[in-house]
Amino acid sequence: MLEKALKGSQKYWSLLAALAVLSGIGFACFMLQLSQGLKITGMSRDVSWGFYIAQFTFLVGVAASAVMVVLPYYLHHVKDFGRITIMGEFLAVSAVTMCLLFIVVDLGQPMRLLNVLLHPTPNSILFWDMIVLNGYLFLNIVIGWTVLSAERKEVPPPKWVKPLIYISIPWAVSIHTVTAFLYAGLPGRHFWLTAIMAARFLASAFASGPSLLILLCYLLKKRTNFDPGDGAIKKLSQIVTYAMITSVFFLLLEVFTAFYSQIPGHMHGFVYQFVGYEGHGELVPFMWLSVLLSATALVLLVPPKFRNNEKLLKVACVAVFFGLWLEKGVGLVVTGFIPNVFDKVTPYVPTVPELGITIGVWATGFLILTILYKVAVGVKEEIGA
Amino acid sequence: MYDSGKIIPGIILFVGLFTFPLWSNLGKAAPAPKPELPKTEKVCVMDAAFMKTEHMVLLNDWRDKVVREANRVWVGPDGKEYQMSLQNSCMQCHASKTKFCDQCHNYAGVKPYCWECHLEPKENM
Amino acid sequence: MEKDRREFLKIGGISVLGLSALPVFEALAQGQGPKAMPDPRALQAGQWAMVVDMKKCWEEQEKRQCKDCMDACHKIHNVPTIPDPKREIKWIWLEEYKHAFPDQANEYAPEHVKESPFLLLCNHCSNPPCVQVCPTKATFKRAEDGVVLMDFHRCIGCRYCMAGCPYGARSFNWGDPREYLDPQQINQAFPTRRKGVVEKCNFCAERLAEGLPPACVEACKAKALVYGDITDPESEVRKILAGQYTLRRKIALGTGPNVYYII
Repeated sequence: MLEKALKGSQKYWSLLAALAVLSGIGFACFMLQLSQGLKITGMSRDVSWGFYIAQFTFLVGVAASAVMVVLPYYLHHVKDFGRITIMGEFLAVSAVTMCLLFIVVDLGQPMRLLNVLLHPTPNSILFWDMIVLNGYLFLNIVIGWTVLSAERKEVPPPKWVKPLIYISIPWAVSIHTVTAFLYAGLPGRHFWLTAIMAARFLASAFASGPSLLILLCYLLKKRTNFDPGDGAIKKLSQIVTYAMITSVFFLLLEVFTAFYSQIPGHMHGFVYQFVGYEGHGELVPFMWLSVLLSATALVLLVPPKFRNNEKLLKVACVAVFFGLWLEKGVGLVVTGFIPNVFDKVTPYVPTVPELGITIGVWATGFLILTILYKVAVGVKEEIGA
Repeated sequence: MYDSGKIIPGIILFVGLFTFPLWSNLGKAAPAPKPELPKTEKVCVMDAAFMKTEHMVLLNDWRDKVVREANRVWVGPDGKEYQMSLQNSCMQCHASKTKFCDQCHNYAGVKPYCWECHLEPKENM
Repeated sequence: MEKDRREFLKIGGISVLGLSALPVFEALAQGQGPKAMPDPRALQAGQWAMVVDMKKCWEEQEKRQCKDCMDACHKIHNVPTIPDPKREIKWIWLEEYKHAFPDQANEYAPEHVKESPFLLLCNHCSNPPCVQVCPTKATFKRAEDGVVLMDFHRCIGCRYCMAGCPYGARSFNWGDPREYLDPQQINQAFPTRRKGVVEKCNFCAERLAEGLPPACVEACKAKALVYGDITDPESEVRKILAGQYTLRRKIALGTGPNVYYII
């Protein structure tokens, strides 16, 4: 099936070339980081995780969101999702790949990565995260590829893949739960120390992932003969709506607990994010932009009249995706370190090489996604679906 | 043959690159390593044959014993005691990294990362 | 036949797994062969702890801006002096009252408490979060004496321990630390670190092993630092703790810090 990725239009190849160039730039920056150390990033003693881990966290959500098409399709036989389930699974494959790459580029000693397997440590959440992420990657590659091959031959998928599909449903939930546990179990990091972290992560994931999937579906519809079907988009947009409402609701719960209890440690993170703390307000414009985007998204999503309008839905999806990206992929990780354990503020701003590596990883992910989607669309065209 | 203009130069280029390590080192036979041994002792820790082939395994074993198990003394098969320490035992007699360690390591093309942290003896001291 | 084959496969499997370590096992198996043991001089404890008498420390600081403990520690352990505070490596350092005790800083505390710096180091917690989160056991709590240690050979540099430590006791080598060490001043008896690993105070495990007190304790002329076994009711630290009220940092978090402060 992979041969489908080798035949394409000029535009397809240009896209691949552009993504390859970006990931090449990222790789060059990574080589610089390997030789110089992580001092080429903006991270510090006080803000010891930065943009890499934040992107990782956000993308685990995008990966987990595949369950939002897999679950209705396989458990509730929602026929509308028949054509896009594979798109959700392949999106998960590329998102998990990006997650793993972001972990690797964040390590101080990446060549010692396998120590995690050589010295397995079940009391470390990072150990479990490695297991669930790799497992999820494996599941989605196997399931996606097998189901697509069967579809190409116009036969039902082999029986052995069914149990894997059922396993992949709770597994998707597990990847984001475990990722939330990375943060939610640390004493002394008040901003993260919240029992609804995993629930928040899942809610925001089920909004951001499907909104990206909607945008990708529209793109495929415009550029290829692939038609996701109006029903699929409509159902996805409903999922995005409910998940977005839940996500915003959960965030407001956090705000309530912090400010009604008046416990300083719990308030400081939000204070830093939205008005600035001790003269530092690096995140303030981004966090307000996130609020603005989320509010816009809700206004456009909640009334069915707006949501069912293709143009407005696209705007809403962009707003959801970037709004949540700002919240999780920019704000959440860094704010855990601000103020630091000494109640001091060390600001964090990513450097150019750090952004280069970040863009490189995103480009690699989208390169993989483009190839996988090309294969999927090729198969769908071949069988005339 | 179709595209022979591309295929033949391609094959030549591939063979050239593939054999690069062979022809780039042609006629440059490296001299056999001559590690300089301490004059005072003949046998240290374990017999020379063992040390030659297994010193890296022994050092890894020492590392875990010292760092993780709080055992710092090694009793050799001959009953002699040694402090398990690369810097403070081994390198006290094998006092030159260049004349001892590097001799074989360079010959074998290995770069152990010991020296990223462990300090080699200051030569000419 | 069947059994022989199984035996063969078993041995084969073990050989493949432990091929490189086999000669050492063989050597160890030779009866009176080599063995490892602690240094007979090594100091023993159930859980090492430290009491810092800030009154004595401040007196000495006022007299001559004393930094003896920090200098001794950082010199012995080849801790680099990195000017950029974002990249600093700290094993033992000074921090203001409100930053050292952000959860219990009293606004109307005596001026000398509010304004004088406290001496901070790793608390060698009884329940250390850094050990709990480490994915490779590169940081571990030594069963023998409760010291929280780093195995620099094993650290992958994920910095999860830095997020986990509520005391800011951990430093990461953002670059090569040797660039900031004077080759003339370097301690030839202790290693440096390399870029990409985390490090922290090791309660002078290498000195305890030789029967020596921690370097900071030894260097303090004011006798402001006292170390001892917190599990031994007869130890000096326990006597001090029984005699006067002491503070520990962030006890509400349940990490069980083992550094006590007299103010």
